[in-house]
Amino acid sequence: MRYDATTANAIEATGLVKRFGQTTALDGVDLVARQGRVLGVLGPNGAGKTTAVRILATLLRPDGGQASVCGYDVLRDAHQVRQLIGLTGQYASVDEGLSGTNNLIMIGRLLGMSRARARSRAGELLARFDLTDAAARPAKTYSGGMRRRLDLAASLVGRPRVLYLDEPTTGLDPRSRTDVWGMVRGLVADGVTVLLTTQYLDEADHLAHDIVVIDHGRVVATGTPDELKAKTGGQVLQVSPADQARMAEVSALMAGLIRAEVTVDGEAGVATVPVGDAALVRHVFRELDDRGIELAEFALRKPSMDEVFFALTGHRAEDEENGRRELEASSR
Amino acid sequence: MTAIQAPTTIPVPARRISPLGGLRNTFTLTWRSVLKIRTNMEDVIGLSLQPIMFLLLFTYVFGGAIAHGSTHDYLQYELPGLLVMTVVFATLGTGLMLNQDISSGVFDRFRSLPIARWAPLAGAVQGDMVRYIISVAITIGFGMILGFRVTTNPLSAIAGCLLLLVFALAMCWASALIGLLVKTPQGVQAFGFIAFFPLVFGSNLLVPTATMPGWLQSFVKVNPMTLLTDAERGLFTGGPVATPAVQSLLWALGIFAVFAPLAVLVYRRRT
Repeated sequence: MRYDATTANAIEATGLVKRFGQTTALDGVDLVARQGRVLGVLGPNGAGKTTAVRILATLLRPDGGQASVCGYDVLRDAHQVRQLIGLTGQYASVDEGLSGTNNLIMIGRLLGMSRARARSRAGELLARFDLTDAAARPAKTYSGGMRRRLDLAASLVGRPRVLYLDEPTTGLDPRSRTDVWGMVRGLVADGVTVLLTTQYLDEADHLAHDIVVIDHGRVVATGTPDELKAKTGGQVLQVSPADQARMAEVSALMAGLIRAEVTVDGEAGVATVPVGDAALVRHVFRELDDRGIELAEFALRKPSMDEVFFALTGHRAEDEENGRRELEASSR
Repeated sequence: MTAIQAPTTIPVPARRISPLGGLRNTFTLTWRSVLKIRTNMEDVIGLSLQPIMFLLLFTYVFGGAIAHGSTHDYLQYELPGLLVMTVVFATLGTGLMLNQDISSGVFDRFRSLPIARWAPLAGAVQGDMVRYIISVAITIGFGMILGFRVTTNPLSAIAGCLLLLVFALAMCWASALIGLLVKTPQGVQAFGFIAFFPLVFGSNLLVPTATMPGWLQSFVKVNPMTLLTDAERGLFTGGPVATPAVQSLLWALGIFAVFAPLAVLVYRRRT
């Protein structure tokens, strides 16, 4: 199979299956990352995102299915794949005992660079990631954000064609997060294909050209951010009647007007519904007013990760049982 | 046709790494291990102080009682044994470092690179040679300050050091296996100590075999530590060399033949 960089996909995976003992981490996952684009793999903790990345990075053998990077099979041609990829793990995998410079020199040398070349590449990357001042210090003295940047730098020493970023911003403060986003955009501008896993909807929204949503080891949705947002409605209307006895009436009214699944949280006394068209919100308000339903709360807000999952999968990301109950409640 | 400009040709990646490339990888990773020893002062202090402590403890606290008064005689007797002990305990560091590399994710990075699969393991083992050399040098050096003298000749003393290093090179694969099997660095330390302790002290390292009960003697006599200690005594302070040296080398070969493939197997499986 000859690889054509102009037309082929950078990553193709079909039917990936991985089991760990009794648990099935991946249950037939298909992925496609287009050349020079960012594929966002979105999912809650334990959805199987990291497992998928580890398979695509040749660190883990799948129990089923196949995957290729730039046309090279991750099992059969693992050595070729390793020459094309860069990996930044969820937990920064820099050597804490070495200085920033030596961490990068080591990788350059492992990739076959001369000592001088490895040193200059290290200096280049440290400058690019704003680590020049800390270059001589052992990595164990770095802050979380610095460590993450060094890790990212380490994955770029060999100028990879495909870069895996496994939850690159988890646990980072907002400023460092924005920094990482900027770096990812810069890489994409250089023609690098990026596979990014994240738990954050807005991160996928900001960076990804395509998104795959994984839940319980399965793909539950794919599409561009706009397509997914259309599916989830984009915003959420949250209504709480002053008189909780009228909750059923309120939720029926919301469902009737907005034509989407209404979730009722009995304990909090709140009904929520995803809204695609903001104009409908006015109808709901007017109708509630006409019927003389007094409101404790009437608010429009961005959907939470939970709600996106709910909209896409019909159940809560974290608590399946609960989700099912609420689904039943809302369709009643 | 794609919106983002992509180069139309990419260099065709190599199919596999050459043995020479693998050797280069190993040397880079050895360099890393050595750098880590240098930057980790705690490790250096521990590595240097432990032999000094053992020498003082056994020479002056126990020596008088064991050797009926003459601590100098006992120093001449125990030092080859302490060399064996120090080096064998130093091999635990190999397992510890491997374990840390795996749990910290450093090995994942190595494995995602186009390098020889065996290089990280070989690099760790080779890098540890430097640690063994440090412990041997400190034990002999401090022993000489206390009054230890080589009564054979410098050449056979050097041969004694080399034999120690060969044996350590074999033992560290057992340590590597422990490091790969046990989950945490603390576990490696605890488990390694439990595994090595009876081996080290159930020998004639510190006391003559003849003073032990018969059932214990039968273990001590086949313990490779005893054979190695015999060879070291022969090389440093005189006595039969050929038989114990050949036997220890055979043991080293045997330990290597069993534990190196096992460690590589577990390494491939676990990582």
